[in-house]
Amino acid sequence: MPRTGVFICHCGTNIAGTVDIEKAVEASRNFPGVVHAADYRYLCSEMGQDLIKKAIVDNQLDRVVVGTCSPRMHEGTFRKAAAEAGLNPYLLEVANIREHCSWVHKDIEEATPKAISLLRAAAAKAVLNESLDAPELEVEKRALVIGGGIAGIQAAIDIAEAGYEVDVVEREPSIGGRMAQLEKTFPTLDCSACILTPKMVEAAQHPNVNLITYSEVEEVKGFVGQFDVKIRQKARSVDPVKCTGCGICYEKCPSKASSEFEMGLSKRKAIYIPFPQAVPNVPVIDRDACLYFTKGRCQICEKECPPQAIVYDQEDEIFERRYGTIIVATGFDQMNPSQYGEYGYGQHPDILTGLEFERLFNASGPTGGKVVRLSDGKPPEKVVFIQCVGSRDKARGMNYCSKICCMYTAKQAILLKEKVPDAKSYVFYIDVRTAGKGYEEFQRRAAEEYDVAYLRGQVGKIFPDGDHLVVHGVDSLSGKIIEIKADMVVLAAASIARADSPELGRIVGINSDSYHFFNEAHPKLKPVETHTAGVFIAGACQAPKDIPDTVAQASAAAVKAVGLLSKEFLKGEACTAEVNQAECSGCLYCEAVCPYSAISPVEIEERYQGGTLKRTVAEVNPALCQGCGSCTVICRSGSINLKGFSNEQILAEVDAICLQR
Amino acid sequence: MRYHYFPGCTLKGQAKNMESTTMAAAAALGIELVELEEWQCCGAVYPLYEDELITLLSPVRTLAAAKGEPLVSLCAACHHVLKRAQELMQRNEEARKKVTDYLEVDYAGEGRVLHFLEVLRDDLGFDKLAEMVKKPLEGRKVAAYYGCLLLRPSKVMQFDDPENPTIMEDLLKAIGADVVKSPYRTECCGAYLSVTEEAVAEDTVTRIIDSARNAGAEALITACPLCRYNLENCASEDGKEPIKVYYFSELLAEAMGLQFDQLMTSALERRRSSDGNK
Repeated sequence: MPRTGVFICHCGTNIAGTVDIEKAVEASRNFPGVVHAADYRYLCSEMGQDLIKKAIVDNQLDRVVVGTCSPRMHEGTFRKAAAEAGLNPYLLEVANIREHCSWVHKDIEEATPKAISLLRAAAAKAVLNESLDAPELEVEKRALVIGGGIAGIQAAIDIAEAGYEVDVVEREPSIGGRMAQLEKTFPTLDCSACILTPKMVEAAQHPNVNLITYSEVEEVKGFVGQFDVKIRQKARSVDPVKCTGCGICYEKCPSKASSEFEMGLSKRKAIYIPFPQAVPNVPVIDRDACLYFTKGRCQICEKECPPQAIVYDQEDEIFERRYGTIIVATGFDQMNPSQYGEYGYGQHPDILTGLEFERLFNASGPTGGKVVRLSDGKPPEKVVFIQCVGSRDKARGMNYCSKICCMYTAKQAILLKEKVPDAKSYVFYIDVRTAGKGYEEFQRRAAEEYDVAYLRGQVGKIFPDGDHLVVHGVDSLSGKIIEIKADMVVLAAASIARADSPELGRIVGINSDSYHFFNEAHPKLKPVETHTAGVFIAGACQAPKDIPDTVAQASAAAVKAVGLLSKEFLKGEACTAEVNQAECSGCLYCEAVCPYSAISPVEIEERYQGGTLKRTVAEVNPALCQGCGSCTVICRSGSINLKGFSNEQILAEVDAICLQR
Repeated sequence: MRYHYFPGCTLKGQAKNMESTTMAAAAALGIELVELEEWQCCGAVYPLYEDELITLLSPVRTLAAAKGEPLVSLCAACHHVLKRAQELMQRNEEARKKVTDYLEVDYAGEGRVLHFLEVLRDDLGFDKLAEMVKKPLEGRKVAAYYGCLLLRPSKVMQFDDPENPTIMEDLLKAIGADVVKSPYRTECCGAYLSVTEEAVAEDTVTRIIDSARNAGAEALITACPLCRYNLENCASEDGKEPIKVYYFSELLAEAMGLQFDQLMTSALERRRSSDGNK
């Protein structure tokens, strides 16, 4: 019989307040195999750990049970302590008597026996614990960044600067993302392109950065240190090596399509670069709009291209690469506010979203930088901004605050006054939220120096009346109904997750919240990690955020990635699945349910009635296995066990709880 | 097409002509509306208080009387109350049990509860209606006024898009009128404030009427007796071009080629035949 020691933590009053520690210690002494039991105020403290280490040596313990908080908190701490006392760390067992007991109960009379049951179960399991060793895994010294917006660019540059190779996969023909669409940035009014394009160029020219544009990630296999990623490089129909970026092709192209970069407010050619500062400066052919691809005629670009870089028969290319770590930085979308019938979006050209209005300020935008009404080309005299369109709306939109709208609205109102000095802005708001360095000052400037009228209230209806748009709303501070004859209306539509983020989440193995934003591993202490080891997130794919926060998060993710890449080996999972091949019937249901492709069929030879028999059975690759246990559940003959969580161990726990009176 | 019909008190008094014109038009369209026997008040606004179950007795008795078969009403307020009471019966098991136990009826929220406009749109179809029109209202510039009772709360009423409804415009189109779209067609008419806060009602109604007039309308249609009362009585109209307010059914009957005296006769005939049945 192994010699087990039980250690019970008070956790201040977190546990001791609801569990009678003395009784629990006394009860523990009577568990089978227990030769030592003790308690301490804070077991996780250094003194507490020393207490465990000393007891292991003094009492020749070969099993340890700690009754403390969740193993997610301190299992690692105690295992390390056990190892320092010369014990295999997997011989230690945690009984969670805090989250599973003291925190959820109030009555000490009821919580104490429950804590004792949990301790008894852990002790019963510990008896069956075996020494385990975690395998060492090699680390592929290359990072993958998915998304080439400001978050992806920053992360890539930081990783590259640390001396590691990094690939950036971007879906669009150019990197740059949402920030490239902005005219100015708050609260300093720097020109967005002026601060972004140097970073785009830096990424493109960095010897360690490899930009893979017009491409998407199709499949991710493997695990931290060794992700095998399948990437589809969409056919550009242009040879990037030959192309000099002269632009003759899109000058001459006769076919047009709606410009994604301009939010559909203007047209681009069928062969195009999304915006003048595109990186790489290599056009793509939109095959749905190209006359040659749709009707088989034209081919003007091919005739006109000086270096003959047009390749009509180029095909999508799929290639596979191995990466040690992945950063997901796929950004956000703007909600289409047409579901808000009262605002009339989509029914009138002068009702725009914030991002659409932003494009009107840009010199290369749909109006060449003139802020004018799209209906008649005249500069607007009165512009009404409506905040929280789809944000902070439990009934019809998103419950959350989109965070950037208060600030960009103040910015746009200021820019409007500078471009059209006679213009007057009105902002309908619920609350003005300007937390951030220099933000409050900026918004006050808009209100005080740029004559922007802030009206606390909501708009009930917008309708055209002659040349104007009548905005019918309420100013809840004066209690008055307000009607403004506006020339333009700008809707601060909610920032939402990318429509396909759940799909990417599935591919990469990260989960999302109810709005489809990717979940961080811990909202405070692991803001860029995910629940999949080696996968990090940055930027607005995690939640709406502004540029400074995005850049900070991108650098944080890069540090995490670099920390991982700097290791020669990673410790793998010790608790992996194991097949008892003598009992395995070879049905291979386990192979089908394994999310890590860690199970494969193998042929074995068995002696049978004097001869030998060949038979197919399952085999687990311990390097790939992450110990999820799916295979042990599906196995009909019970011939797969998870090390550290074997069927026998689990049943011993159940018996320890259920067979006691 | 046969439906149970719940008139409600206003249709036997103030809004008699909404009933008579609807009955005549329905007959011409082959829609049979059979008045519920011994019907009583829809409950007015009181059943909308969810914490007073006694107020639900009246609408639930009406709903149960339809025995799960389609139940049609004309007054927007009656329809609103019946529809909301039905939804409450579907949603709130405790309320349902108490109310139906008290009434000694079996009712669990089943059956279609329809406004007559929905019958025209969903069961007859406006295309079909257009074919049956005898005297299209050519050149008549008419705007629809919805008010709020038919549209909101939209998840319960499921009548039309609450911001941009089209059902009345589609009806006007079907009977050949020139549709005028007025921006204030879904604003509140002031409801009972016309009694208690006349200035408020005057303000809202004047805005509604002015916006219809500015949009070029000569007439408005409505499906609500209270809206009509307010629209006719509360606007400040000094010297402005008058706007006529109709029930939708009046124009429908007219487009079906039914004359006023015919309408009266058919109403009288119905009265006689129903007396004869007794």
